[in-house]
Amino acid sequence: MSTGGVTERLPRLLSLVPYLLARPGIPVAEAAADFGVSERQLRRDLELLWMCGLPGYGPGDLVDLSFSGDSVTVTHDAGMRRPLRLTTAEATALLVALRTLADVPGVVDTAAVQQATAKIEHAVGDAGLVGVAVDLSREEAATTAAVREALAASRALRIVYYTAGRDAVSQRTIDPMRLLIVEGRGYLEAWCRRAEAVRMFRLDRVEEVEVLDEPAAPPPEAEPTDVSEGLFRPSAEHRFAVLLLEREARWVAEYYPVDDVVELDGGRARVLLRYADPAWLVRLVMGLGGGARLLEPPELVDAIGSRAREALAAAGGHGDRDAVGQSGR
Amino acid sequence: MPGVSSARAERLVNLVLCLLSTRQFLPAERIRQIVPGYADARGDDAFFRMFERDKNELRELGVPLETGRRSSFDTVDGYRIARQDYELGDIDLEPDEAAAVALAARLWDSPELAAPAHSALVKLRAAGVEVDEDQGRVQPRVRTTEPAFAPLLAAVRAARAVSFEHRRGGPGGVMQRRTVEPWGVVSWRGRWYLVGHDRDRDAPRSFRVSRISEVVTPIGPAGAVTVPADVDLMAMVRHNVDPPAGTGTARVWVADGRAHGLRRLARAVGRYTHGGRPGDELELDLRNVDTVARWLAGHGPDVAVLGPESLAAAVRANWAAAAAAHAPHEVDADGRFPVSDDHVVVRPDRAGTGP
Repeated sequence: MSTGGVTERLPRLLSLVPYLLARPGIPVAEAAADFGVSERQLRRDLELLWMCGLPGYGPGDLVDLSFSGDSVTVTHDAGMRRPLRLTTAEATALLVALRTLADVPGVVDTAAVQQATAKIEHAVGDAGLVGVAVDLSREEAATTAAVREALAASRALRIVYYTAGRDAVSQRTIDPMRLLIVEGRGYLEAWCRRAEAVRMFRLDRVEEVEVLDEPAAPPPEAEPTDVSEGLFRPSAEHRFAVLLLEREARWVAEYYPVDDVVELDGGRARVLLRYADPAWLVRLVMGLGGGARLLEPPELVDAIGSRAREALAAAGGHGDRDAVGQSGR
Repeated sequence: MPGVSSARAERLVNLVLCLLSTRQFLPAERIRQIVPGYADARGDDAFFRMFERDKNELRELGVPLETGRRSSFDTVDGYRIARQDYELGDIDLEPDEAAAVALAARLWDSPELAAPAHSALVKLRAAGVEVDEDQGRVQPRVRTTEPAFAPLLAAVRAARAVSFEHRRGGPGGVMQRRTVEPWGVVSWRGRWYLVGHDRDRDAPRSFRVSRISEVVTPIGPAGAVTVPADVDLMAMVRHNVDPPAGTGTARVWVADGRAHGLRRLARAVGRYTHGGRPGDELELDLRNVDTVARWLAGHGPDVAVLGPESLAAAVRANWAAAAAAHAPHEVDADGRFPVSDDHVVVRPDRAGTGP
């Protein structure tokens, strides 16, 4: 048999009759697609069910099907009116997935996810979730509903977007392509008309959205990004920094793209960090205070040192509170 | 001629229909006479082996097979399936809810969770729910799951202790073997955590699932883990990951056109001039002085702390440390010399002597 053994086939056989009962006259091909099997396999399943029925196994006891062209209708269900209830494993996989979706606001309508979760929990009864907790306190921003609306209606968007790498906000006109969840965060993939390239926009960094009247029209060269290895992709534009991390700043190696980690004594590590924008690297290292020491490139080592001294001078040295700010309101 | 597995599938469907249609417990011998397929068994031993396998198959699929006797005069057990336990309850999903369910079913990228999610979807469709998969528009199936997630969830469900390698402090960190009695898995801010009793520490602990190696070994029998009645899984993770909320408010000056990331986290109070530079006064929730000091210090002279003094001092300390660690003339004297284009060797005895 090409499509697995009884363990795979039996659940399908038990679901098929109620499925067909709910959809009289459905094309066999459509049913096969819904069950994820070939049309040929589905026809084999139907032939098998035709041999099944209630004790007695007379003409009135067997499952009866009527075929009309390429479509099929159940004319006698032999008592198989409802599918088997969900197993604990099935209920868990579905409910955990729903809660995970609810925990990533923006990609789907959170209210719909929560209603669906409640209805499924009710239908599965005691097979519900134990030992799984999901934070549902994050509210969905109004902007993400507008993003979904534009995607569904294939309309272009004008957005105000915060780019963390450059620590700047910018306005762009984009042609939405798809929504993704990558590592627990929601993203919109779109053609950015300003950059003339496909870009990923993190949904929680979209500050304002305006759905435009014009249709979304990504050009033919707008290829979906391959995100199978995660969002960060090494590129020729990236430069390398060598950073010495003290124990308290070790989290940097997990949070940002590092290529190489060398363990040193005392819980410290030397890492090779990729970066695109020198100003971003300066902000990172200066914020970490003594937790990180930049070793390479030398010009940025100097830039961090001089900028930190400049900041100290502007703050009035050590503890001179009167020098901090003069009110100009 | 149908193959062996087709014959068995047919027999199992007939067995289910037979047991669903009976109210009385049917003894195995009676089932042997009624259900087509068992007549092929050569001898009693062959039949009972066959029947035993079939019962196990049905139970593994979640068919609620009941065992019992019709009366106290019966000498052997009989079998039946109670329809109300077998059938999936009524479920009526609105189109947007069904779309969410379809997405959820595609969320998993590990087969241990993807397969049951798909079979759940098949059953929901069989219950009459119309689930259209909008495959192109929304793509959730991207690294949503960490390899250890499925085995850890299984251990939680089985109430069974587990042993695994846990990486302390992220990539490159030290791997340590931990034995944990799992209480639950928790999703917090898009990340998964395992919460439980750490036997090595003899204390409750939470572990980021992405830092747990793929190989999770069950320890001891299933059902051996008891979750304390008063435990709040979410609160344990929240307490570990996020400091307690709202310990005060910081007032900060930010130069015009600078520090946009900071502005997103803050509330604008009014215009303010600092050191002759125009800018804005912002208010910022001060949950953790060190975290806020790190955000602020990164912006250098483009920000200034107006209060409280503890935060201002922490920011100045970060600047002083950064200045000392990146002093222009100490670089070469500090034991640093390049050996190749992107690797640098630091002499351990001299490195890290900054404040």
